Parts: sequence; C-alpha cells; structure tokens
Amino acid sequence: MATDLENKMETMSGAKALMKALEKEGVKEVFGLPGGANLPMYDEFARCDIRHILTRHEQSAAHMADGFGRVSRKPGVCFATSGPGATNILTGIATAQADSAPMVAVTGQVPVAMIGRDAFQESDIIGMANPVVKYAFQPRDAKEVPEAVRKGFFIAETGRPGPVLIDIPKDVQTNQAEMVFPDEFKIRGYHPWADPDMVNVEKAITMLLGAEKPVILAGGGTIISSAFAELQTLAELLMIPVVTTFKGKGSFPENHPLSLGPIGMHGHAEANKIMTEADCVLAIGTRFSDRSVGTFEEFEKRLKIIHMDVDPAEIGKNQTTSVAVVGDVRASLRIMVKMLMQKAIKQTDENKWLQHVKETKEYWRENLKLHPGEMGAAKILRKLRELLPHQSIITTEVGQHQMWASLFFDVIQPGTFFSSTGLGTMGWGFPAAIGAKVAKPDVHVVDIAGDGSFAMTENSLATAVLEDIPVIVFVMNNFTLGMVAQWQRTFYERRMIGVDQGKYCPDYVKLAESYGAQGLRAQSMDELDKAIKTALSSNVATVIDIPIDPEEDVLPFVAPGTSLKDMVLPS
Amino acid sequence: MWAILSILVENKPGILFKVTHLFRSRNFNIDSISVGVTENPEYSRMTITTYGDEKQVTQIVKQLDKMIDTVEVKQLDEHKTVYRELSIFKIKVSNANDSMEINKLANAYGGKVHDVKKDSIMVELTATPDQITAFEELALQFGIIDVARTGVAALQRSGAS
Repeated sequence: MATDLENKMETMSGAKALMKALEKEGVKEVFGLPGGANLPMYDEFARCDIRHILTRHEQSAAHMADGFGRVSRKPGVCFATSGPGATNILTGIATAQADSAPMVAVTGQVPVAMIGRDAFQESDIIGMANPVVKYAFQPRDAKEVPEAVRKGFFIAETGRPGPVLIDIPKDVQTNQAEMVFPDEFKIRGYHPWADPDMVNVEKAITMLLGAEKPVILAGGGTIISSAFAELQTLAELLMIPVVTTFKGKGSFPENHPLSLGPIGMHGHAEANKIMTEADCVLAIGTRFSDRSVGTFEEFEKRLKIIHMDVDPAEIGKNQTTSVAVVGDVRASLRIMVKMLMQKAIKQTDENKWLQHVKETKEYWRENLKLHPGEMGAAKILRKLRELLPHQSIITTEVGQHQMWASLFFDVIQPGTFFSSTGLGTMGWGFPAAIGAKVAKPDVHVVDIAGDGSFAMTENSLATAVLEDIPVIVFVMNNFTLGMVAQWQRTFYERRMIGVDQGKYCPDYVKLAESYGAQGLRAQSMDELDKAIKTALSSNVATVIDIPIDPEEDVLPFVAPGTSLKDMVLPS
Repeated sequence: MWAILSILVENKPGILFKVTHLFRSRNFNIDSISVGVTENPEYSRMTITTYGDEKQVTQIVKQLDKMIDTVEVKQLDEHKTVYRELSIFKIKVSNANDSMEINKLANAYGGKVHDVKKDSIMVELTATPDQITAFEELALQFGIIDVARTGVAALQRSGAS
C-alpha cells in the first residue's frame, strides 16, 4: 500500500497539480480571465494541453462553463482571479445553482497569510458563494489541491448537479508539495444515489392507472438525467398527455401528439388548461417553481401528485405529494416502464380524457390570437424553427423573447433547449451558447435573444470571433426592456420608466462587424429567411438583428400570485 | 411545534456558518444552538432547537441532510431524549431577606449558588428550557441583572429511535 502511494507521489506546485488534476478529469477547455492572484495557474497553460478561452468578463466565463456543462453533462470549468474577478463570477455560479448545472469554478485568492487583512483584491468569496454553490473548497496547503479537484468534480456532476467553487490562495498555487492524485475518496455526508424505489413506483403506477384525468409534468430533471426515451415510452404506454415546466421544455418532442408544451406564467394555453383540469400528475424532476405552478395552494387542490426527484429535499417543499419516488428519475422511469411491460399494460387513446385533451390542443393551436404584423414573434420563431436542423442547440437570453421561444419555438429533438429558467439571468444566453458550441462544435447553436439581455454580455463577441466559435445570436429587437415594459403596461398604467433602450443604440449590425463578426438585419420575412440561411452557412459568429414591435406582449400570461386558472389570453 | 435537532457535522472550520446560514436563507428560525466536539475529534455535534409546523421542520431536516458537511441529522423526540440547558443568572439582592429567598428558589430548582455578594447572587441552573424560563419568571421579582443561556444539548435515550 505504502509503495503504491509512493509511486503515485510527485513533487510539483499547487498550480501544476491543479492543471494535472483537471486533465485527469478530462477537461479540454477552460473559460476565464487572468489576474494577479491566479497568474501561477495561468502560467501552467503554457505547459499543458488544456485550451484557454479568454472572455471579456468573468460572468461570461461562468455562463460559458454553464452552457458547456448543460450540453456535455460534464462540469464546465471557469477561472477567475480574486476580489472582483471572483465576485463577477458569482452571478454565473448562482445561475448554475438555480438550474442545477454542473460547473467547477476556480478562483485565485490572496496568499494565506494575507487572508482577513483586507488585502488588495481580497474578497471572502467562500463566504459570499456559500448560499449559491453545491460545495466550496479552499485548499490551505498545496497538497490538498488534487483531492479538492477530484471531490469537486464528483460533487458537481453527481446526484442533483450544481456548481462547485475551488478558491486557491496564491501561495498555495506556487508552493511545492508531494502530490497524490486520489482515485478513491470518501465524503461521509454525501449520498447522491438512492436505491431504486420499487414500492413507490408500484404505488405510482396504481395511482396513474386509477386516475381519470392523468397528466405527466416533465421538469428539468428529465433533461439532466437524459430520460427522454423512458419518458416517451411511458407516455405512449399509458397514453397520458405530457406538459413540461419551462426548464423541462424539450424533454418530450413538442411535435408529438401527446405533447402540450410548457405550463406556467407564459405556458401554452392548452397546457395550462389541461393541467388545471387534471386529477393526477406524475411530476418528474421538478421543484414546482412558482413560475410553473402559480399559487401553490391552488395548484395542489383536487390533484394527486406523484413526485419523482433525485433530491429528497424537493419532496414536499412546495407541494404536498401523494407518492414520492426519490432517486435518479431516469432509473425510476425505467423501472416504471419495465413494470408496465411486465404487466402488459398498453392503454389506447380511446378515452374521454384524451379526446378532450386533443380537442383542447387543436382549439388553442387554431384560435390563439397572434400578433397581426409580418414580424410578429410567433412568425419569426416559426421561421427559425423551419430553417434550423432539429439537432441544433438553442439557448435563450431572459425576457420576452425567452417566453416567446417557450410558446412558439417547438423543440423536436429532446435536450436541445437551454435557458436561465431559475435565476432568470439576463446576459446568460450568448456566453452559454458559446460554451454549448465548444461542447458540441458539430451542431448549430443559436441564442434566441432580446436586445436588453444581449446587451449585458455582448462583448462575448470578442471570444466568439477570436476563439473561432461561430454561434448565431438571433436578436428580437424591440429597443426596449420588453418584459419590464409589458409589466408596466399591465400593472403600472403604462408609466414606462427605465425601459427605453434607444433606437439602434447600439446598432447590432455595426457592433457585430466591429468585433469582426457578421451582422445582418432582417426587417421582413424574406430578409429573415435569407439572414438565417446566410448565418447557417457561415463559419463566423453572426448577429441577426430583427426589429420588432415594442408593444407586442407575451400572451397567455398568468400574473404573479395567481393560479394557472387565471390565465390572461390575448384579446 | 418545538423541535430538537441533533446534527453530526464534520469538525472543520466554517461549518457552523454554513448551518446557521441555511436557516437564514431558507427562512427558518433558530431558537437555540449549542456546538461541541464529539468523542471522535473528526466530528462535532450541533443541537439546534427551532419552531415550525411539521412541514417546515421536515424541510429543515431535509435541507440539513442535503448539506455535504452534515453526516447525520436527526429530529429528536423530546419524550425519548435527555435534553438540558445550562443557564447562569445574576440576580439583584436588595435586602437580607432577598438573599434567603433566592437561595430557596435556587434550591427548589436544583440550582447552584455562586458569587454571593452584598447586592447580587449568581445562580447556575441546568434544566430543561421550560424549567429555566419558569425560574426566570420567579427570579424577576428580585430583579435580574444578567442572564446567560447555552442553548440545549440533547441525546436520545438508548433504545429510542
């Protein structure tokens, strides 16, 4: 044993050990920005094969790592220096935590002896990040670095994924130590896996079969665990309609006859209607966010809830459940499908409920009033869908365009739609698209954007161009902070305060060109058609600027503090 | 309801901060907290008492359990648990009769008298929080100068689960 250990030992600096440990985790790219306190680790890029992707702001580095992580399902890695570098990535870390995205953020810190002395560029990032990370490490000795990285990756990607912070004081980076790179380790208080819960799966089946009006509600956990095939098989065996949360959008093909799309504040009319009529719901990998379910009390009235989730703390947090199945949702769904097959259960679509669901869906598909203009949101997004290959990845910014994407952009191939759904971080979509493209260079990646949100991280164009990461930014430009404007129109008697972004300020075509990217403007459907085709056939990052009506609202709308029943429809 | 939580945690710096922060960020209240190292120096035991309805207490336990630094989280049944709090009262003495009465009161509650001065007496009392509060109410008639309470320490009785 001792000789094995000695064989594994090597003397090196903490910074070198960090890079070696990252290589061992299979890391090929790091998104980041250097500064005084992380220079030793940056120096190691000269001596290893990991690619460094320079960002213009640490927040973007974190969003890139987040986008990379959601698409590849392996933690994305971002680097930032101490002090403001570290505080800048906090928003990115909080975003990843809110959406359970795997990430490892590595920050430089002032030397150990300087901690607590208000040194230059010192911030207590461990203290600040604690509520928004899954876990945080601060190795105080160089030899602790390899284990922090191994444990950090393990924690970030197992169970309910999340961001891990590793804060490394500068002297810990430079100090030499005999390093052991552990393959095995123990974290006594962390048990990310539960055994499959056969008993409760059986109960869930009985409850679903006994229900008159059952619905499946697929949440983000369905996408995180890639339970696409299992979900589809289950829905088809039981012939149960599928609604999703916004985060679960695209966990089920949205062109499937059983698909009703997302529920919630800006859910599909048919999805919200059917959800409120259901008597039993199989909720998969969801935390029943207020944005999805409206008021908690109203949602659970007359509804039997079967809740599958990997995180036991989610059971009963926002909703009272009748049956809880704790564990990886893919594993739980597999068991459920297997049991149904053993029992030879295969429902047909000949029942009143499913007939009603079909009629409701058809009605709303035909009768939802859309913006009458040529460049209405629905038309624009349907054009994008028409021209974009199904395996392409979509990210979104945050705002009206995001909710229009939820309403009008159908995800056909499961697991290709990503958005900042929990924290609602403006500026997320573009850098996340860059991270996604790094994870999957062979597919098109499109950031469905609004002008306000894109403005927050538009300087990532430098990264896209200089690092040759050709993504497409699809700017639905209403020259307004559109969602805020909509609320001011709706709830504040049209007092429009702080929402005007100015006409072409900046001009996104010129802005793109100034970075060496391609800028295109589409003011008609013909121009849009051409612009999308040009962007798809280009090998340079492209911004498509699409001026739209600043007065167009996102509808349907379930106002905050009301229930799905109170959905406001376009008049 | 009042709940006693017994939390076994890694004995590392920063854990107390994380646990108390969890209560704040999840909108729960800490009624009392006591922390000490266990027979195994790798662990500390925190005893936290809190108020909340059953659903809230269940959530607290689950959220604490989810924390990576907590090794074991238990909600203790107060009827199957030995739980005590240490308190020290500094009580005002206005006349010789007070001194005698305070002594009697301390004896009645099983307290120990310390630091007898002309104008004050200190009483050390180890009891349940309710008993300490009852003692405090009676001591008020003399005038309480200062109180220090440790918060509850608790262990489940053998055989209880």
